[in-house]
Amino acid sequence: MTFIPKPKVFHPALPKNALGLTRRDYEGAITTLCAGCGHDSVTAAVVQAFWDLSIEPHKVAKLSGIGCSSKTPAYFLRDAHGFNGVHGRMPALATGANAANGDIAYIGISGDGDSLSIGLGQMSHAIRRNVNLLYLLENNGVYGLTKGQFSAAADKGSLSKKGEGNTMEPIDGVLLALTLGASFVARSFSGDKDQLVPLLKAGLTHRGFAFIDIISPCVTFNDHEGSTKSYAYTREKKVDIVYADFVPPTHAITADYASGAVRDVVMHDGSVVRLHKVAEDYDPTDRDAAYAYVRELQRRGEVATGLLYIAPTSQDMHEQNATVPMPLTTLPFEQLCPGNAELQKLQQRFR
Amino acid sequence: MSAVNDFAFKIATANGTGSASANSLIMQAIFRMGVPVTGKNVFPSNIQGLPTWYEIRVSKDGYTGRTAQFDLIVALNAATYPKDVAEARAGGWLLHDSTWPLDESLRRPDVTYIGIPLAEMCNAMFKGVRERILMKNIAYAGALAALLGIDTDIVRALLKEKFGKKPALMDSNQKAVDIGYDYAKANFPCPLPIHLEALDQTKDSILIDGNTAAGLGCVFAGATVGAWYPITPSTSMMEAFKGFCQRFRVDPDTKKNRYAIIQAEDELASIGMVIGAGWAGARAFTPTSGPGISLMNEFIGLAYFAEVPAVLFDVQRTGPSTGMPTRTQQGDLMACAYASHGDTRHICLYPGDPREAFELAVKSFDYAERFQTPVFVLTDLDIGMNDWMVPKLEWDDAYRPDRGKVLSAAELETVQSFSRYLDVDGDGIPYRSLPGVHPKGAYFTRGSGHNKHAAYTEDDAEYTEVIDRIDRKIQGAARVLPAPIVRTAPGARIGLLTVGGCHSACIEALDVMAREGVAIDFMRVRAFPFHADVAKFIDAHDAVFVVEQNRDGQLRSLLTLETGALMSKLHSIRYYGGFPLSAHHVLKGLRAKLEKAA
Repeated sequence: MTFIPKPKVFHPALPKNALGLTRRDYEGAITTLCAGCGHDSVTAAVVQAFWDLSIEPHKVAKLSGIGCSSKTPAYFLRDAHGFNGVHGRMPALATGANAANGDIAYIGISGDGDSLSIGLGQMSHAIRRNVNLLYLLENNGVYGLTKGQFSAAADKGSLSKKGEGNTMEPIDGVLLALTLGASFVARSFSGDKDQLVPLLKAGLTHRGFAFIDIISPCVTFNDHEGSTKSYAYTREKKVDIVYADFVPPTHAITADYASGAVRDVVMHDGSVVRLHKVAEDYDPTDRDAAYAYVRELQRRGEVATGLLYIAPTSQDMHEQNATVPMPLTTLPFEQLCPGNAELQKLQQRFR
Repeated sequence: MSAVNDFAFKIATANGTGSASANSLIMQAIFRMGVPVTGKNVFPSNIQGLPTWYEIRVSKDGYTGRTAQFDLIVALNAATYPKDVAEARAGGWLLHDSTWPLDESLRRPDVTYIGIPLAEMCNAMFKGVRERILMKNIAYAGALAALLGIDTDIVRALLKEKFGKKPALMDSNQKAVDIGYDYAKANFPCPLPIHLEALDQTKDSILIDGNTAAGLGCVFAGATVGAWYPITPSTSMMEAFKGFCQRFRVDPDTKKNRYAIIQAEDELASIGMVIGAGWAGARAFTPTSGPGISLMNEFIGLAYFAEVPAVLFDVQRTGPSTGMPTRTQQGDLMACAYASHGDTRHICLYPGDPREAFELAVKSFDYAERFQTPVFVLTDLDIGMNDWMVPKLEWDDAYRPDRGKVLSAAELETVQSFSRYLDVDGDGIPYRSLPGVHPKGAYFTRGSGHNKHAAYTEDDAEYTEVIDRIDRKIQGAARVLPAPIVRTAPGARIGLLTVGGCHSACIEALDVMAREGVAIDFMRVRAFPFHADVAKFIDAHDAVFVVEQNRDGQLRSLLTLETGALMSKLHSIRYYGGFPLSAHHVLKGLRAKLEKAA
């Protein structure tokens, strides 16, 4: 992962969050991705989301696998621990780290190759475990670092830059996540920061696995005519189903939308994700309906975006395992080791 | 020749018929008579129906290795009669169920047959198919008690301990024991010449399997995260850990768990979880076997290069590929020592019995954190799943975990700058920081090329500096890893070098050789990279026999690669058919080589 350190330059007029930090404090190294890469827009949205939520940068762990998307954790939150693991296996690292210390925020960044091919199993099982993790799938339908092979997310019939057609059915992360019982499923577009930032904030606040598939065009290998993951195609076909707004716990909620179109989902910390339904008959807490709706739009060649599904209640991995509320890493040794008296008592069993 | 308190017998039954309870009842009763005893369970990869054997060896001299000679065969599985009849030694005994006639072809003139109508008696006594089958197996325990002189008061006490809360079960088990016992007493001269007499040699010992002991070690070491994928023969280790955690690690007030066990989707994930947890600061481990190690290789390389603590228990089974999952081998010595692509060398620990499995399980976490690297604990099916008689486990309450060089928030606050991979102390071990502790501790953990400041690099000098330091770190560990176990014989010019569970069989063989006037020094290595004494041992002898349980002589190869010893000086003795090593294998190898040399 190549990187260039970014000089820390502060302008006194930069706005500060509740911690007194500016957005600069949430940045990382300068990107080495191609100019115009969708992933860089996602990185900017991630910076914005963490800053908005006033999360202490070092209280975050950012993890990734291998690929263009997986390079991006170097480009935000320089004061957070990062872990660039092996290809497709970020979910296991995040699961273990979270089991050890659930007191910090976890963000995992992956791509369509990392998640839907080599890492399909790990992503699926992290969803089943409902690991408390914001999981971003930066989806460009193509392998960038190895120069333009189709990924499993490539739509059937879409053309590669060299003009070859993809003959296989795609794996759709959103549909998969819905099927696997994901507690938070969203889709967005790297070119729509207004939509993406509230989704990221909602995902970070959600206790459990928050899955966001972000169409993030590859300007070098998959932004041509015939691609279904290009800027032009996505802008034209993107349909906002549910627009999410994020209300922190300290802010009063004011009813400024017509009732019926607005739905509030209260998160475990008291914050509220406010959902504005663009499609009137859409229920973002009905998993089956969400699946059907996304499929319906796909048949029309359209891409449903927004917070597509949120489970009103769900148990994350720690709750399922009934672990103590404090991080396991902070338990004193005396609470872990039974000691010799207990050992001698126990051994009666082996006589 | 076999005699009082020195004999072996083998019980042949079918899987899933309850014979395991009867076998452990017999074993425990002998143990409580104060007579040293070991049991080897020879079982199929199957739930129900296939043949299974249980071998019990009684040895007043305390030899725990498998024996290849059986004085008595308890043949209760018609499917394996021919094989079982053939295994009785000349002059030995064969107990069979005389409810059905025994085919004449199975009669051996040099074996005494003991026919007991177990099925007939149990059918008369008990109702229901299941109960009749289960009780038939308890009845043979009763017959053996009479034939071998097992103390019936102890048998009664054991049944009471087991079924005390279920009087009906207690009653039927005792009845079954009695009918077997009474029939044998009435119809055969009891006890047989091979029999037991109470001794006082087991009061400071326990009967325990290595998986249970290793799981217990993980609890005592303070491990909080265990991730695993079920695989024979390691599965019972995580079950043991879980059981002990439920006993010792539940907050008494809130009933919340001070541990997390994650059953992963595969071994690629289980090792990833262990590395993630180790990175976050927990003591984390995974129990697995050879196929799991194969799958974990990529992640192991990451943990080695990114310097993340992790503990892997490899309960070895017969390979390659699926191999024989319920048979033992030491086939992963090489695979673990250099696991993953690129240049790697890993700390490996080799317990020789369940007691050491407990002790080295504890130490493995200290080494993993101190040296910030994966540590392998290699046992095998024999150590892991069989009940061994070992001295009672002891725990030093003064023990505190060695967490290695982990910087606290206060320390990070005062340091001028933090470089994750800088060799500050000149010992090759850098300082580590944990996520969420302090902004100054932040760094990027990566498996890609990095320099001492943890920054990405493709620079040859920067890369080489890091990879060479890691090598120094791991090689340096040899000084603190467990030293080899040594037993010297006066005037010995030749040595025997072995590893793990071969210990007891080798000692027994060397005792035989000593009685024949051949003095051989003994060394069992307990860790890799090898202690300096290992090379000295090889140097000090004219010839060294290397005894191990794999086809290719993996320990011998490691010794050659790592100590510079000449292959020609290391004489290989190998057994790798899947049973635990027996002194007979070692003696055969020693004699063949020594005669050739003479």
